[in-house]
Amino acid sequence: MGQMYFLVENEETMTSDSIKNNRNNNKNLTKWFSEIPFLRESQIMKIHYITGVGALFVVAIHIMMRLIMPFNMSLEFENVILNYKNIFYALLLESILILIAIHGFNGLRVILLEIRQTQIWERAVNILVIVAMIGIIAYGTRTIIIANGFSLG
Amino acid sequence: MTTASSAKRIDDNYNKNDRTNREGLRGWLNPLAYGWERVSYWFQRLTGIFLLVYFIGHVYETSSLVSGPDAWAAMLELTQTIGGHLFLILVIGASTLHTVNGIRLIFTQSGQGLGKPGRPDYPYDPTSINNKQRSGLWIAFILAAVAMLYGANVLFSGE
Amino acid sequence: MKIFKKDKKEEEITNERSLKLERSNKSTNNNNSINQNSKKLRIFRINAVQNPNDVPHFDEFQVPVKRWTTVLDALLDAKSYQDSSIGIRYSCRMASCGSCGMKINGVPRLACYTKISDLDTNTITCEPLPNFPYIRDLVTDFSQFFAHHRSVMPFIQNKKADIPDVNELSEYEQSPQELDKFLQFSYCIKCGLCYSACPTVATDLKFPGPQALSQAYRYLADSRDSDKSNRLKVIDTSHGIWRCHFAGSCSNVCPKGVDPALGIQLLRSHLLGISNNEKKIAKLKDRSTDSSYREDLEEQKEEK
Repeated sequence: MGQMYFLVENEETMTSDSIKNNRNNNKNLTKWFSEIPFLRESQIMKIHYITGVGALFVVAIHIMMRLIMPFNMSLEFENVILNYKNIFYALLLESILILIAIHGFNGLRVILLEIRQTQIWERAVNILVIVAMIGIIAYGTRTIIIANGFSLG
Repeated sequence: MTTASSAKRIDDNYNKNDRTNREGLRGWLNPLAYGWERVSYWFQRLTGIFLLVYFIGHVYETSSLVSGPDAWAAMLELTQTIGGHLFLILVIGASTLHTVNGIRLIFTQSGQGLGKPGRPDYPYDPTSINNKQRSGLWIAFILAAVAMLYGANVLFSGE
Repeated sequence: MKIFKKDKKEEEITNERSLKLERSNKSTNNNNSINQNSKKLRIFRINAVQNPNDVPHFDEFQVPVKRWTTVLDALLDAKSYQDSSIGIRYSCRMASCGSCGMKINGVPRLACYTKISDLDTNTITCEPLPNFPYIRDLVTDFSQFFAHHRSVMPFIQNKKADIPDVNELSEYEQSPQELDKFLQFSYCIKCGLCYSACPTVATDLKFPGPQALSQAYRYLADSRDSDKSNRLKVIDTSHGIWRCHFAGSCSNVCPKGVDPALGIQLLRSHLLGISNNEKKIAKLKDRSTDSSYREDLEEQKEEK
């Protein structure tokens, strides 16, 4: 390949060459999350689309469950616990948790990355988003497991 | 062909971190100047952030289940109010809009429904800005309104 | 009572006098002075290079306007007759060079291509293109814009096109249908209007912008180019093509019908692996055995 045009090197802006170098560094965790490791942006966005479409179906079922009986009755403690005790419903809730956490926090990551582009900001955004994703999935899973094991009466 | 050294010379005075005259967030808050697609961009962002905040709150509020019936009842007292219902109606509208518009965006951002490249001629109307893909946004607004009405009916009917 | 028409020379003198009267009227507070043949022009003034602490302000001018007067005509009139220090960049005056891009009444437009009558307001506000650093008044710095353009490798890359070794009567064959796949994107005049209108460019310094991305598609779709994988790698980053959200503002403001939004979405379909625009790489055809080409070449040699 012939000579490539490139910009004056600066760690805060990517050139076509530094973009390629950065890609190789996605596999290198010592770059400390300036990019999401192991995943190209196109793969991240495919996940974003798939989780979005998947969330549509599971959330639709979740909402319809509130309408199989009068709405206020469906919110009573015993009825809610009975829902959680149904393993399929518990799995449904878990999948909602995972799909929406990934879709939502990736969307937030996209918005925050567009606002500022310093290396510290990008690293902080990538790390915080992953931590928040794992945190909320863990917290919601705790609720599902405990509610599933709840004994009524 | 420009070599590496001459490219550097061209760019010597170039400041790539110069944010002067960048519109910044003001550039996002200008949804009406450029057509329906810009409105869609703005609403998709707004509803996305709103729904993420709701999602975090919803996971937190439902966790009161593990503390027993009293905690759950206390949580319901907070949320099953007129204000809570109105907020939930907004959530219903936002989620419908975000979902339907999101499906439209999945199609358009894959190049579907935008027409084909050709030979532009005066008045140089772009093929991607057409009513076929825009109608997805209009349908999203209509469905969101319908969903909000239905939600209001369920929440306020007292059943 | 005159029973004959004024002769032409007398009419021209009268028109010239009335024009001069209009030009000399610089009152901006007197609304009676804003008549059908005169409009108020507000021009953004700043001298960023010579005075980095300069505070921007607007200067107002009354300019004569006729039916076909463009914003560029009005600006040059103000520069010629009222304030020669106004900084304006322009060249072809016919929407071919892309030099006169500026924000006119809140929307990025080409000044030579925007008729004042189309704006339908009494006040025309001219500001420099947003998202470009200031130089002076309406002139902005295009270095960042051009650097993004260069970063997408805007040239044909074909390993077989080693020009010195190829027979001089060879060509890459391209059918009209293959040409139509990228032709409209090659009409880009790099005016920067799309870059100004884009909401992502407003905040993201690393985002290449709609112009660069549509040029990336222009070369990807060209059947003479064989470097698809590298082109896609360059834009497949956290600040690359995926920060476009199809706000469509770029296509709305483009004066040449390039439709950068279409190019970007078609390019995305390649990255998602669902494109139905797969191309056949153009073949190098040796025309040296073609008698008509050979005759032309021999004639040229004889003329020399």
